Amino acid sequence: MVTAVGWLSVLTACGATGAGLLRFMFPKVLFEPSQIFKAGFPHDYAVGAVDTRWVRDQRVWIVREPTKMYAVSAICTHLGCTPVWLNNEDKFKCPCHGSGFYKTGVNYEGPAPRALERLKISIGGDGQIVVDKGKKFLQEKGEWELPGSYIVV
Amino acid sequence: MTQVEEKEKPKEELAQQITKSQIWKSIFRHGFEDSPRNRVLQMTAGFLLHTRPVKVWTHGIRLRYTWGAGGLTFLMFVVACVTGVILMFYYRPVPEYAYADMKYLKFDIPYGMFLRNMHRWSAHAMVLLVLVHMLRVFLTGSYKKPREFNWVIGVCLLTLTLLLSFTGYLLPWDQLSIWAVTVGTNMARATPFVGHEGPFAEFISFISPRFDARSFLLGGTIVGPATLLRFYVLHCIVLPVFTIWFVMIHFYRIRKDGGISGPNKALEEETL
Repeated sequence: MVTAVGWLSVLTACGATGAGLLRFMFPKVLFEPSQIFKAGFPHDYAVGAVDTRWVRDQRVWIVREPTKMYAVSAICTHLGCTPVWLNNEDKFKCPCHGSGFYKTGVNYEGPAPRALERLKISIGGDGQIVVDKGKKFLQEKGEWELPGSYIVV
Repeated sequence: MTQVEEKEKPKEELAQQITKSQIWKSIFRHGFEDSPRNRVLQMTAGFLLHTRPVKVWTHGIRLRYTWGAGGLTFLMFVVACVTGVILMFYYRPVPEYAYADMKYLKFDIPYGMFLRNMHRWSAHAMVLLVLVHMLRVFLTGSYKKPREFNWVIGVCLLTLTLLLSFTGYLLPWDQLSIWAVTVGTNMARATPFVGHEGPFAEFISFISPRFDARSFLLGGTIVGPATLLRFYVLHCIVLPVFTIWFVMIHFYRIRKDGGISGPNKALEEETL
């Protein structure tokens, strides 16, 4: 009985220490760039074009179609590299392993298993576009029709 | 008494005084005359010779049987440890300095490029030789009874070798490192239960990009300063300590399982 209590205490202490160490590895505050950014006014964007001005800083393309706009995440769905927009070939192409995507973000060549992700987009109080990279909309889950995945212009 | 003998006498006395002192006897613990007892004591009374086997099979030194791959893997590990410690004198694992220190080592430190390349190539060779060693052990059937346990220790060592390689890959902090580690850690997203994009993760309420297997490795949600420091500590302290521990058990088990495995004597005689 005493032995059992002794061992149980030792195991409990080890478990608690292990759990504490695990929690220690996840800081409460991260010093990382904000996931939300303002992307100017809708009339700054040409109709029918893929806009690459935010790729360098935010890894996001903004696409304006005749009636709506959406934000495409510039993270390849294969292994996370940054694809490039090839205007002449009208496609996104990943330099790492050759995945290709249509302007809509849908994958059609190379190893990428699914479409590029779209990000939450909205119009802020000052009329500017606000993109939230923390909220993703996935084509394979039918989320591209959901409100928040596009804005009507 | 001659004059020479008179001169020798104090010298002999001094020698006697030294060799019979407590300090001398604590270091040289047995005599040197060639007796069976002293031969045994030479092997057992000191640490380094004591760690060697009492007997070695003749096939144990036949290069064509063992390829010496396991021993060479260990040599590569020792080279990587020694050169790694030397590199630590200059390398600082923070984004502001990491890449610059790597370049500094390469171009401005005497023998820096040589040591860095030794570290890199010995690491590459270690991965290769682990695989060669495993191939040899597999082909000679040396994983079989009674060595099953040691095979599993060896698989742990393979994993540790690959993790050492992977964590070391990030430290130069150039484009290649950052993207290789981005790709490598992205796989952790798909871990069952504990990866936020993996199967069954939806059943665990607190799993999110912020709290999952990937952010555990990265120390955040992107490959950033926290990742560099985390990988550095893993690379220089945590993984080597585990590797040394497993290597010790690996070598101990070879001895306990009857030394280096050799050809099956009965089978060889049968085929002859």
